[in-house]
Amino acid sequence: MLVQYAAVGLLFIGAVFFACAALIVSRLLQPHNPYKQKNITYECGMLPLGDAWVRFKPSYFVTGLIFLLFDVETMFLLPWALCFTEMGLAALLEMFVFIGILAAGLVYAWKEGALQWH
Amino acid sequence: MEFINNIFVNIAGLVRWVFNWLLGWLGLPLGLTDVLMTAVYWVAIVVVCVLCALFYVIWERKLAGYIQRRPGPNRLGPNGWLQTIGDAIKLVMKEDIVPDKADKPVHLLAALLAFVPPMLALAAIPFGEGMAALDLKLGVVYVLAVTTLASLPVLLAGYASNNKYSLIGGMRVVNQAISYEVPQAFALLSVIMVAGTFNLTEIVHFQQQHLWLVFVQPLAFVVYIISAVAECNRAPFDLPEGESELTAGVFTEYSGMRYALFYLAEYCNMFVAAGLATTLFLGGFSGPFLPGWLWFILKTFVIMSVFIWVRWTLPRIRADYVLSFCWKILVPLTLLNMLVTGVVLYLI
Repeated sequence: MLVQYAAVGLLFIGAVFFACAALIVSRLLQPHNPYKQKNITYECGMLPLGDAWVRFKPSYFVTGLIFLLFDVETMFLLPWALCFTEMGLAALLEMFVFIGILAAGLVYAWKEGALQWH
Repeated sequence: MEFINNIFVNIAGLVRWVFNWLLGWLGLPLGLTDVLMTAVYWVAIVVVCVLCALFYVIWERKLAGYIQRRPGPNRLGPNGWLQTIGDAIKLVMKEDIVPDKADKPVHLLAALLAFVPPMLALAAIPFGEGMAALDLKLGVVYVLAVTTLASLPVLLAGYASNNKYSLIGGMRVVNQAISYEVPQAFALLSVIMVAGTFNLTEIVHFQQQHLWLVFVQPLAFVVYIISAVAECNRAPFDLPEGESELTAGVFTEYSGMRYALFYLAEYCNMFVAAGLATTLFLGGFSGPFLPGWLWFILKTFVIMSVFIWVRWTLPRIRADYVLSFCWKILVPLTLLNMLVTGVVLYLI
């Protein structure tokens, strides 16, 4: 079991190695002639105005929060989905309550306008 | 027949035997065989990835051409079928231009990491009977976790470029990926509820004994396909790269081989998504007459063609619709689907 997950680590190194090898081979074949004008940020062809590292809209942040909520819910649901048939009616009803609370949360977020684009 | 069906399993067995013999002869510990076998799997996955990307790029361009009633690329090779090989050689020989203002180490790191998620995911997908490089007990959870990582290199690329369009594109990637992760996970949950296992091979065996899960969970299948398209940033959800509004989105400042790596990763992500749909809903490697791995490739190919068909049929969706469609339609639908599945499974 653990050996299999060690293989995951090896494959991770392998994937990075593949990318490195591809970049090195390409580096040997390509011309290399950078100069100032070529290395200006491209954007859409005009000279860029200012930096891109600025504060960004928080509407993405709200989605992140809702996602976190539902992702944790998925984590609880995964083991339940595997064996709820053997655990009887109680497991099914409890999960109804659990999903119901989260659905209520979704409805609340919806009403509050968190799902709206600001 | 049986021989062709098991040809890759037999080759892997033979290679393992040779490694065992070599290690015994050199007096090294036999545990190294597993490490060497991982290297063999690595080579196999890289070959599959590169071949499928080369083929699907030209297939997409051809199909797009036919959909728009034009011939598509038709110069290089017989009827233009060698076009991608020419393009790949061109990309390898192009200069890597890194803007002076970019965060150079992160710019490089993003390109290096781009290929990691599809590679790790492909390792767990069974291409045939006993043909999963990693036959994990928690296969579904593993693939779900690894495919989510695909948005990280893209976000890194968007941030490191120091380009406003790239930054907006990177933000959109993450936003879309985390939103559509939820309905996708719920769709997979209802499959797990029916099949009763996380192991991908066992899910295929379940479908061989009963029937394809697409007939049991049609709604989950449709939701999964939609979320997969969104997670792969394909049209109509290609906002991160929307060429008419964001130049080339996240990839504006990437050129040459670094861009090629992202391109390869994108097609491999599609292959993973289609392969997972095949395994979970369309019976995976099961089918009559032909060998199992050929069935798997054929079914995956059909789903990928559907992705291409959708791309060239539908226009791009507006950013706010992408989100509201996910949270207001797909999530409630999948929740309801899960509850109904639970009740029905309890009753029968």
